[in-house]
Amino acid sequence: MNYQYAEFEVVRNDDRCIRCRVCERQCANEVHKLVETKKGNFMISDETKCVDCHRCVSLCPTRALKIVKSDLTFRKNDNWHESNIKEIYKQAETGGVLLSSMGNPENFPVYFDKILINASQVTNPSIDPLREPMETKVSLGKRNHGIKRDKDGKIVPQKYPSLELNLPIMFSAMSYGSISYNAHESLARAARELGTYYNTGEGGLHQDFYKYGKNTIVQVASGRFGVFEDYLETGSAIEIKMGQGAKPGIGGHLPGEKITEDVSKTRMIPVGSDAISPAPHHDIYSIEDLRQLVFSLKEATNYKKPIIVKVAAVHNISAIASGIARSGADIIAIDGFRGGTGAAPTRIRDNVGIPIELALASVDSRLREEGIRDNVSLVVGGSIRSSADIVKAIALGADAVYIATSALIALGCHLCRTCQAGKCNWGIATQVPELVKRLNPDIGSKKLVNLLTAWNREIKELMGGMGINSIEALRGNRLMLRGVGLTQKELDILGIKHAGE
Amino acid sequence: MKRVYVNEKWCLGCHLCEYNCAYANVGGINMYLSLKDKKISPNVRIEEKDNITYAVACRHCSDPICLKSCIAGAISQEDGVIKINKDKCVGCHTCILVCPYGVLHLTDNGVMQKCELCTNNGSKTPACVKGCPNNAIVFMEK
Repeated sequence: MNYQYAEFEVVRNDDRCIRCRVCERQCANEVHKLVETKKGNFMISDETKCVDCHRCVSLCPTRALKIVKSDLTFRKNDNWHESNIKEIYKQAETGGVLLSSMGNPENFPVYFDKILINASQVTNPSIDPLREPMETKVSLGKRNHGIKRDKDGKIVPQKYPSLELNLPIMFSAMSYGSISYNAHESLARAARELGTYYNTGEGGLHQDFYKYGKNTIVQVASGRFGVFEDYLETGSAIEIKMGQGAKPGIGGHLPGEKITEDVSKTRMIPVGSDAISPAPHHDIYSIEDLRQLVFSLKEATNYKKPIIVKVAAVHNISAIASGIARSGADIIAIDGFRGGTGAAPTRIRDNVGIPIELALASVDSRLREEGIRDNVSLVVGGSIRSSADIVKAIALGADAVYIATSALIALGCHLCRTCQAGKCNWGIATQVPELVKRLNPDIGSKKLVNLLTAWNREIKELMGGMGINSIEALRGNRLMLRGVGLTQKELDILGIKHAGE
Repeated sequence: MKRVYVNEKWCLGCHLCEYNCAYANVGGINMYLSLKDKKISPNVRIEEKDNITYAVACRHCSDPICLKSCIAGAISQEDGVIKINKDKCVGCHTCILVCPYGVLHLTDNGVMQKCELCTNNGSKTPACVKGCPNNAIVFMEK
């Protein structure tokens, strides 16, 4: 007996259904099926396979379909939730660790939603971004501590390796393997057009994408997949991945079936073999060890490229960030607990890590207190959902943000959170050729460019309202923020006042 | 001249082009009222075998062999678009025999039909192009 009931219902308006079978052809989960009988042709659906990805809904030419949550109920219980019961059934059936994808969907506070932004009235003028210059360019890397002059009093230029962004948004790491070739191409092309960067993730860099090197951040993670001289040389920055917001403290596991010919070449591992990234870097057990890797990478690339260290937001993040800022790294990337993933154990995704807003505020404060804030730039990610989140993050102290989930949503992702199945109907989180081709990078890159252009306009509007004309002037400007419905402790950590104060 | 081109690399074999074509040529208030329970006869058709799918429609050849072969003088070329005069067509099937692409089809009343780039139904962009979800069918100069 199977206790796994269908989570969704496929509702078909039969008056509208013209039996074109688009739903049947486009569903990789084989939910829809045409049956021909003597009484006529009928479309039937197997709801148990439905993941609520909306591919059929989007493509149905007569809008005959909708997917609704099944209202099948267990007896009401405020302790044993439906999800608890269902997960126990599943584990009793399979004996396995529960897997999930994308970010933590649980009901934890979203601090961005409890922060409000200031605007100018009467005593200080606001700025109209359509009429006056507004700077959204950002430079990431170590900054000068002071001005140095030679003996004749002339300024000695000190230029550290840096990343130059036209807007304070980058695409964060998603490996080729976890997402498709076409998804990567869309990100790479959009990054080039926008003047920002995308990140290879730890899956190496496909040979076709070396031409986007100027807009690429290459990642070195615990599995060291695809890392070799050309790879490091090609990227504009190198990111050492210590952790990921969705699964702090654990490694990664890309199942063998996703290691196709192309992925295998890019990752430099045999076809069909599991790609296992260990939980720790086996050569890093301290900040001193991290420093060695930072400098090995700098040495290997002639000190021309900034080094990013990416960590997950965990309890003692400010102490960790302080260590990283002293390790020689140029940029610290912090990934909050709502960050996405192609697959993570459910319990880890939903219970480990801390909110990015708190992590960011405490790291920025700590680095300032210790006088080392200029040693590094801060990039934050982990569920940046809108331009307002970006403005709030920058005002809390970030230099720029990393986005990934929102980028995938722009590419068509409907957050059905079943990436781990490898059958993404939108051609994003899959390596099946027939599914990958569903994402045409001509369309994908255009949508990403549109999204970021729109967000950049909104950032300018919001900054203009505050009377601020550059990202530089907004960064760490916490006076522009007020909290609503937050406790004094939360306000203290965020370093902001309550609304009305 | 602008023609309809199909990029097999992006064709998903969803067959939406067929339904959009059929609806554009049948007309009506909405697709389900026009096409529900009807057998469609589109001018663009998907050819498929194994994992390869490809939408096939009239190429509007600059030197159209169908026009030359038509015994009734029903096929004409206007601004490059090859059209059929259904009143003149005698249904001899010669055009079907000569067309190297197999893009002419018989209608239920015995005369021929073919893609006229939606010039005959008032759409500016051909319906198959407008409705293709993956830009596999494009309308462009080449």
